[in-house]
Amino acid sequence: MTTVETRLTEFADNNEKPVGYGRMLRKEDPRLIRGQGNFVDDVQLPGMLHLAILRSPVAHARIKSIDTTAAAALEGVVAIVTGADLAEKGLAWMPTLSNDVQAVLATDKVRFQGQEVAFAIAKSRYIARDAIELINVDYEILSPVVDVRKALDPDAALIRDDLKDKTDNHCFDWETGDAAATQVVFDNADVVVTQEIIYPRVHPAPMETCGAVALFDAVEGQLTLWSTTQAPHAHRTVYALVSGLPEHKIRVIAPDIGGGFGNKVPIYPGYVCAIVAALVTGKPVKWMEDRSENLMSTGFARDYIMNGEIAATKDGKILAVRTHVLADHGAFNGTAAPIKYPAGFFGVFTGSYDLEAAYCSMTAVYTNKAPGGVAYACSFRITEAVYLIERMVDCLAYDLKMDPAELRLKNFIKPEQFPYTTKTGWVYDSGEYERGMRLAMELAGYDELRKEQEERRARGELMGIGISFFTEAVGAGPRKDMDILGLGMADGCELRIHPTGKAVLRLSVKSQGQGHETTFAQIVAEEIGIPPSDIQVLEGDTDNTPFGLGTYGSRSTPVSGAAAALVARKVRDKAQIIASGMLEVSVADLEWEKGSFHVKGDPTKSVTIQEIAFKSYGAGDLPEGIEGGLEAQICYNPSNLTYPFGAYICVVDIDPGTAVVKVRRFIAVDDCGTRINEMIIEGQVHGGLTDGVGMALMEMIAFDEDGNCLGASLMDYLIPTALEVPDWETGHTVTPSPHHPIGAKGIGESATVGSPPAIVNAVVDALKPFGIRHADMPLTPSRVWETMQGRHVPSI
Amino acid sequence: MQVPAPFQYARATTVDHAIELLNEGGEGARIVAGGHSLLPMMKLRLANFDTLIDINGLHDELGYVREEGDEIRIGAMTRHRELLESDLLAAAFPIFRDAEHVIADPVVRNRGTLGGSLCQADPSEDLSAVCTTLDASCVIRGRDGERVVSMEDFHRGPYETAVGEAEMLVEIRLPIRPGGSSAYFKVERRAGDWAVASSGAAVWMSNGVISDARVGLAAVGPNTTGIPAISEALRGRAPSEELFAQAGALAAQACSPAVDMRGTVEYKRHLADELTRRALRKSVERINEQGA
Ligand SMILES: Cc1cc2nc3c(=O)[nH]c(=O)nc-3n(C[C@H](O)[C@H](O)[C@H](O)COP(=O)(O)OP(=O)(O)OC[C@H]3O[C@@H](n4cnc5c(N)ncnc54)[C@H](O)[C@@H]3O)c2cc1C
Repeated sequence: MTTVETRLTEFADNNEKPVGYGRMLRKEDPRLIRGQGNFVDDVQLPGMLHLAILRSPVAHARIKSIDTTAAAALEGVVAIVTGADLAEKGLAWMPTLSNDVQAVLATDKVRFQGQEVAFAIAKSRYIARDAIELINVDYEILSPVVDVRKALDPDAALIRDDLKDKTDNHCFDWETGDAAATQVVFDNADVVVTQEIIYPRVHPAPMETCGAVALFDAVEGQLTLWSTTQAPHAHRTVYALVSGLPEHKIRVIAPDIGGGFGNKVPIYPGYVCAIVAALVTGKPVKWMEDRSENLMSTGFARDYIMNGEIAATKDGKILAVRTHVLADHGAFNGTAAPIKYPAGFFGVFTGSYDLEAAYCSMTAVYTNKAPGGVAYACSFRITEAVYLIERMVDCLAYDLKMDPAELRLKNFIKPEQFPYTTKTGWVYDSGEYERGMRLAMELAGYDELRKEQEERRARGELMGIGISFFTEAVGAGPRKDMDILGLGMADGCELRIHPTGKAVLRLSVKSQGQGHETTFAQIVAEEIGIPPSDIQVLEGDTDNTPFGLGTYGSRSTPVSGAAAALVARKVRDKAQIIASGMLEVSVADLEWEKGSFHVKGDPTKSVTIQEIAFKSYGAGDLPEGIEGGLEAQICYNPSNLTYPFGAYICVVDIDPGTAVVKVRRFIAVDDCGTRINEMIIEGQVHGGLTDGVGMALMEMIAFDEDGNCLGASLMDYLIPTALEVPDWETGHTVTPSPHHPIGAKGIGESATVGSPPAIVNAVVDALKPFGIRHADMPLTPSRVWETMQGRHVPSI
Repeated sequence: MQVPAPFQYARATTVDHAIELLNEGGEGARIVAGGHSLLPMMKLRLANFDTLIDINGLHDELGYVREEGDEIRIGAMTRHRELLESDLLAAAFPIFRDAEHVIADPVVRNRGTLGGSLCQADPSEDLSAVCTTLDASCVIRGRDGERVVSMEDFHRGPYETAVGEAEMLVEIRLPIRPGGSSAYFKVERRAGDWAVASSGAAVWMSNGVISDARVGLAAVGPNTTGIPAISEALRGRAPSEELFAQAGALAAQACSPAVDMRGTVEYKRHLADELTRRALRKSVERINEQGA
């Protein structure tokens, strides 16, 4: 096990800053840990007004009338705006990221509890909040559609009567794989295991809630919007398309962001309300939602009911996987995913195994719940896919009475099979699965753990060992396949070296805590030998960064990281030509050593990148055809996704009397290809593993039968604390991506994706003496105990 | 930021001053102690008050744990953290430290008070069960002076206590009896969460026989802070696993939990049983350790 001593020596030492990849402290941390960050709620502008949103108290109702008189009369109130007011401006509805529409303010009906109904603009946040209490809305209550399984019943209330010709709550159907071929394999298989698996609705719950400050300069016709966004450029384009304001007159600024996890990918009604308020009042307006608003109304994650089927030979060769998924999309389809992928990248549900066939069909429905379906380390639904396959493999191991590690080892895609095209059409770039699995087993002491388990079982103790092995598809994505609302998922990047050899790198992505200011400086440093501390990383402001689609789905390093490396190489190429002039040799006679060029065979004749930079702006002629300055720009279009993978092993103990689960150990071996900063990677892994403990053991946005959200505060919606997590034990292998310029694959979501199945598999394994093969998350003490009693666990 | 409705604020300088302010404020006035129950309700606008009377200035007067004669007396403004850290209290009544270890988190414990906990009378709140188990009495002061009521009389039901409109709780008194010990067990979904169920026990023994025992539960319905039937079943008996099981079964019968996100009715009943056994077992263990 990792001890405190060994961990201390692994800490970054900033006295030995790497010029390139390596462990170093984060450049952004001095600001953040001293409370000197600048978040949206820190923005204060002269004369700024405040906005508060009135939300629906019920899940489904027709709005009969809205009386705003008392609210408008409250001292300090500037204006009250309702859906009808927005409708006059053509702004009552807006597009979602999935080509559906969503109400900015409800005009006809409210369709989920917490939906935006009206807003107050006032001189202070307090007055705005008091004012909305005085708005009187007369609702005619309609029957809510809460149970996703009943959403398509003929007598279910129609939620989306705003859509033309809509007669039911059907949202979309989707399928992937080969149904007929899969059927044949299932018909001929020795063993078929079926299991219904529920991934409950959870919430990203970033520490900072969503908000915006809108400033409209009527003279210049210029809108500036500070907002909590993971994708400032995409948001600006959408605002331009929706509002009719010209795009060059809109500036979106994402300042420091206090966590996103996908929650800050969509455009929320609140942002639009803030813009409208600024236009209406001519004053800057701030909107900052409170915790309950964030939990009740913003993008949730998951909410899939998956019927899994797995076919195998009796000696454990997995042949095929099949699933039907019932997806709850809430009242509006706000899923954030590339447009051709309505189920995100769920198609990777075939996992890390070499199969003969696979098929998935999906039915997505509307319910009277908050829209979204984004997030929790967004992952484009890979979290659900990995959970399905890793649970199904364990169910198979249970039925075959096989060791789950052995079963996985037997079925992995082999290193020589890469690039490997899955039965659902994904081209996995590289992988050495067995190596990762064996390392995790070694770190865990797998065989000894199994022995210990046997001894404990004999004493009536409940100990479980759970394994998951995941493959992710991240770094969206190739523009031929992937776009969001018509915007291709390629990323721009600009690098300028100043005369003194310091640099500024401009990115299209936007950190929400991932450490971009450090990682991207290190990527550039590795390529051109300027120390990371000399490289300023700018992002988040559409006026001074190039276009790109933002940070989510672990795409920053795979896409913008590639862009940063390539733009640095472009600069280096130009530097080489300038160096050839300075050293009076031909370009081909120069050799690059990190930070300088020297003449081949004569290392004493050399120029540093800093000297070249000065020369590029300095006196004297440059080589023929070379413009002054040292800068470049690029737009990187990935040729494929990258496919990080990992092997996780979890050990749990369950108190047989109370059914309380304790995660004793967790071993995480990750392979994210080339590793840029180990410390940041470990931080991402630790955070994701903690997320996983939350989802596996405690998190769920539940609803009562009237559609009331039961998770509207952090007293009700539990997120894990340091006390629920063990001392994480991490390890790694490195299998670079062959098509990525630096071989990096992305790490942001690996642990979130990989850990829930490991934990659930461990709990189910602990319960083996009770004859249990499956239990649904969250595995609260009550659910575990009910499972031990052989009772089917509560509804969602 | 969750924003409460407008309210007036007054800061009391003495207990008499607080009572005066309560009297002036009438029905719309409320005391705020640690604020960890009151303020969340106000921020969620589940409760609005015209005036808050802040008694944090009374910590000097009402923040203490001291032994007087055969009693331990605790001031109403004593914070969770002080209860947790008091060696005097832990030696006499280990149940207090057991409970305080699992009440909320350090942030809440730094502010939340014994008085606030008992006066909030939340059915999931832990200290009412602890105090009832220890046979505490409560000192209530009003304009006409003080009165002392037993925990049974103090705790009138969920969110309801014997404290009248212009009155406040000032002190809790716990009788010390020889040959006793106590323990508290709680199951929570996560550290800092309210109980799924808790059980506290206090046991007194002489000559190897239980001379008296009290059990109180939290979070499993009304009227479970003290369960007389268990005391009757245990008195005069030698401790044994069978006896604890019998007490556990009585605890499960005595409660009336409701299903919620924390658990099913059956599970909570099971916990009432299981945790009662554990609390009794531990109490007896501690008595035996003292004896040794
Ligand atoms: C996140 C969180 C988790 C928690 N978890 C637990 C838990 O696990 N177990 C548990 O038991 N508690 C828990 N609590 C509650 C916590 O213990 C509170 O501090 C306590 O219940 C109230 O104490 P207070 O001093 O904060 O009271 P306040 O909130 O200030 O007041 C509560 C009520 O008591 C009244 N009041 C206060 N003092 C007096 C007095 N001297 N005389 C008359 N009336 C008075 C007030 O007017 C108010 O009505 C939790 C609270 C939070 C925020």
